[in-house]
Amino acid sequence: MKQIILTIGLFLWALSSSAQTIPTPQQTISEDGTSVNIYNFASLAEFIKNPPQGTTYVINFWATWCGPCVKELPHFEALQEDYTDKNVKVLLVSLDFEMHWKTKLLSFLEKKDLKSEVLVLDQSSVDEWIEQVDKDCDGALPATLILNKNNRAFYPQEFEDNELEETVNKFLESIK
Amino acid sequence: MSLRTIFSSLTFALLFIASNSDAQDMKTISAQQLAIGAKAVKMSHKMTEVSGTAKTLKSLKKKNGLLVLFSCNTCPYVLMWEDRYPELEKFCNKNDIGIVLVNSNKLKRSGSESFDKMKEHAKKKEHTIPYLYDKDQVIANAFGATKTPHVFLFNNNLKLAYKGAIDDNAMSPKAVKKPYLKNALKSMVANQPIEVNSTKSLGCRLGRPKNK
Repeated sequence: MKQIILTIGLFLWALSSSAQTIPTPQQTISEDGTSVNIYNFASLAEFIKNPPQGTTYVINFWATWCGPCVKELPHFEALQEDYTDKNVKVLLVSLDFEMHWKTKLLSFLEKKDLKSEVLVLDQSSVDEWIEQVDKDCDGALPATLILNKNNRAFYPQEFEDNELEETVNKFLESIK
Repeated sequence: MSLRTIFSSLTFALLFIASNSDAQDMKTISAQQLAIGAKAVKMSHKMTEVSGTAKTLKSLKKKNGLLVLFSCNTCPYVLMWEDRYPELEKFCNKNDIGIVLVNSNKLKRSGSESFDKMKEHAKKKEHTIPYLYDKDQVIANAFGATKTPHVFLFNNNLKLAYKGAIDDNAMSPKAVKKPYLKNALKSMVANQPIEVNSTKSLGCRLGRPKNK
């Protein structure tokens, strides 16, 4: 009996633990040692609605073809480097087109050697999920969502200079 | 109670908490956008068309309305949806609705979105729809356009009847399941209510100069 309870306990623990991380991707593509995970929105929706406790996520929607997005990437990289000890995690969600995943995105990632976690969102049913990212999300790139378990803020804009750091500081301050 | 039910209930509870949290107080930046039913504004603002002549939106409005498409020369979404512009133009012409492309990409005027590049693009794409140079984003700011492509359809009384996306699939016209704009145009012409009058799609943000 003890064993059964222990097994059930372990099973529930495993379930709750799996909810603490980014969901399992639909697929992973790789080329010359560089790889990236592909997600559909359904798999990320729950994560965005109900992110794991204890971490503030800075989710930036971008694409390699988007000039302003690429221009602001260094700010996200700096944030990831400087704010890790403040439990901040940057997720760079690429909206590159499927035909460019291997040809453009992977070579871009290899060249830039980004330290932040990059994932790809496939664009099926995009008109249906934009609203689920945030009610203020209009689908324009770039855009950034900052969220933790109980708070969220959406920024339909490009960040310049130290705007991102200031914005994240304000967010962290507001949730103290 | 099944495990799934427990998790569903928990998720619902957490979502409820999240939706009632301080998040609602966090300030976000969003352009003031014309609401459905709102009257068109800045209709007499003069803009230069790629042919070189000055035009206003008022001069391009026809008996049954005006379709304003915020467009540009470079956004991949525009380049994909652009092949559907002629079909929209044909429908508008047939039904006495004005149609116009507006370029409000103020931040890229010294490069890919200059007036000269607009002329080149219109020629290359053989656009016959008027392509206007909204040099200082007057129209984009007045309408609250946030991206390219971004659609604003006005009825015969110049009230906003539909805004948002062209359809639900930029990449493939053949794979379109929801031709939002076409449906809106058809309903408007038939004097029927537009079932889906506001939609969203991916696009390229219309950069705005920042006040520093």
